[in-house]
Amino acid sequence: MALIELKNLARHYRLGGETVRALNDVSLGIDAGEFVAVMGPSGSGKSTFMNVVGCLDRPTAGSYRLDGTAVAELSSDALADLRNRKIGFVFQEFNLLQRLDALGNAELPMIYAGLERSERRARASRALARVGLADRLHHRPTELSGGQQQRVAIARALVNEPKVLLADEPTGALDTRTSLELMALIQELNRDGTTIVVVTHEPDVARFAARLVRFRDGRVVSDARQKPANAADELAAMPVEAAA
Amino acid sequence: MTFLDAIRSALDALRLHKLRSALTMLGIIIGVAAVIAMVAVGGGAREQVVAQIRSLGANLLVVIPGNVTQSGVRLGSGAAPTLTEDDAIAIGREVPTVQVVAPFMRGSGQIIAGGANWASPVYGIDQGWFEAREWEVARGRPFEPDEIARGAQVALLGETVAQNLFGSVDPVGENIRIRNVPLRVVGVMARKGQSAIGQDQDDVVFVPLNAARQRVLGRNFANARSIGAIYVKVREGESLSSTEEDVKALLRQRHRLQPGQDDDFSIRNLAEIAATREASARTLAWLLAAVAGVSLAVGGIGIMNIMLVSVTERTREIGLRVAVGARRRDIRRQFLFEAAGLAGIGGIVGVVAGVVAAYFIAKAAGWPLLVQTSTIVLAVAFSGLVGVFFGWYPALRASRLDPIEALRHT
Repeated sequence: MALIELKNLARHYRLGGETVRALNDVSLGIDAGEFVAVMGPSGSGKSTFMNVVGCLDRPTAGSYRLDGTAVAELSSDALADLRNRKIGFVFQEFNLLQRLDALGNAELPMIYAGLERSERRARASRALARVGLADRLHHRPTELSGGQQQRVAIARALVNEPKVLLADEPTGALDTRTSLELMALIQELNRDGTTIVVVTHEPDVARFAARLVRFRDGRVVSDARQKPANAADELAAMPVEAAA
Repeated sequence: MTFLDAIRSALDALRLHKLRSALTMLGIIIGVAAVIAMVAVGGGAREQVVAQIRSLGANLLVVIPGNVTQSGVRLGSGAAPTLTEDDAIAIGREVPTVQVVAPFMRGSGQIIAGGANWASPVYGIDQGWFEAREWEVARGRPFEPDEIARGAQVALLGETVAQNLFGSVDPVGENIRIRNVPLRVVGVMARKGQSAIGQDQDDVVFVPLNAARQRVLGRNFANARSIGAIYVKVREGESLSSTEEDVKALLRQRHRLQPGQDDDFSIRNLAEIAATREASARTLAWLLAAVAGVSLAVGGIGIMNIMLVSVTERTREIGLRVAVGARRRDIRRQFLFEAAGLAGIGGIVGVVAGVVAAYFIAKAAGWPLLVQTSTIVLAVAFSGLVGVFFGWYPALRASRLDPIEALRHT
């Protein structure tokens, strides 16, 4: 069975008296260990897709199973628990809490998992080391570069060892080189076994995925495997002075 | 989210906006400080009143002569020479609940000792005085029964008079004169302090009742046995009011008053005076409670206001927390703890400020400082409750935010 399984899924909502069909009859399966890029112009339904897959939103019709759990029937507390244990979010604007240092930010999901403080600290430190920020544990977001902030966000997404990492335009606020570095990190995480779904409108980001799903008008219009570009190689080939 | 994590998170958030937090707390601080200070000061003042009334002597009734109308001119209470020493003796003998009676008369005079002189109240007293007023002789001795019986020319000095006339010299055995009547000082009374109305009770000279009446004060009484007033000390555990009734009945009978005729004397019950003061203190306490309630409510509204602002400002944070797994009740608890933290810390600071204020007020007024732990605990607990009450709505609002909208919020 697929890790993420959508069957005839629809998500409609009413906006000013009109019904907006954000998602229509979407059927899609994503297996554990895949790296999928979801593309589409704005209004194509890719954001709604991400919200539904991320258990922030419930489908209007059809079914969504995450790791075997039917999401549509769950209470809001059960959804929170599911997000906490099985999903790691990465957002375009990082969404770090300014008053907390890197460690504090990475710790956040574990607070809601009810872990002990010492355990949280240890796991957050490990996650930050994994994204290359072992020497930045006590820096606040304002003391970190954009790329570093997004790494903290990735560490935060990873601490509860989720089934899937959901990234919404993860490089949208980063320059080219930093974007490459981040994609290299994401590819590395994927090689280590993390399932990754990246929602983007940039082909430059999508080409690092092994599978590309295109949305238009709330439907999947294409779903194809591709040979992913290697971000680490491109980074190595990049002239050093291009670093901003 | 554990309790401890929620507290830590709340304190972090409050620290982020120090000035804002402090200003929001101010309403609570002022309210609580006012309560603590007022309760402490009020309690101290009451304690002092109680102590003063007790210094007069416990379980005491005062019988004074009634007013009198002479050819249309009404003289004040106590003007009629209707009470006699025999009335006092009768009360002591015939009312079983009476422990002791102390008839006395009061006047004043210039007291001369050698080159020094001093004006003081002069009391003519008998044996009962010392027991009724619970007032001992500190140096020397009290009057002997035969000195009282024959009106011997002896005197007891209050501490203030002794100080002013004799300084460091022991006055016992010395001679003084009051209105040219020579008296021998046999003792000095124990220090008694201020009375309930602020008089120096030690500024006094005592002489035997007969000496006062016949020689020293020399008032022209209609009856040679008449006196100024009678202190009636009621036995411990006996009812003051029923004793008062008995004394009243006895005096009406002795004065041959017909039913319907007004009393020619009046009886004052010191416990009643104390009760009146207690009642007014209670009224004051209610007033203070009302003021405290209003200021805490205003402070609470301030907290609610700032929490609503905070929820709006931190919409994205709320969205993020929900995305990483916070349940509605986690979000609610977080904001509730912040509100309770604002109010609780405000309450604690208010207690400190209130105690300091009470200390200085009590010091300036010369009252004992009375801060009860129960008041402090109550004030802090109540302010915390105010925080929870006024923080509830903002917290509820935060917990009901749609995470998708919240994450998109700029």
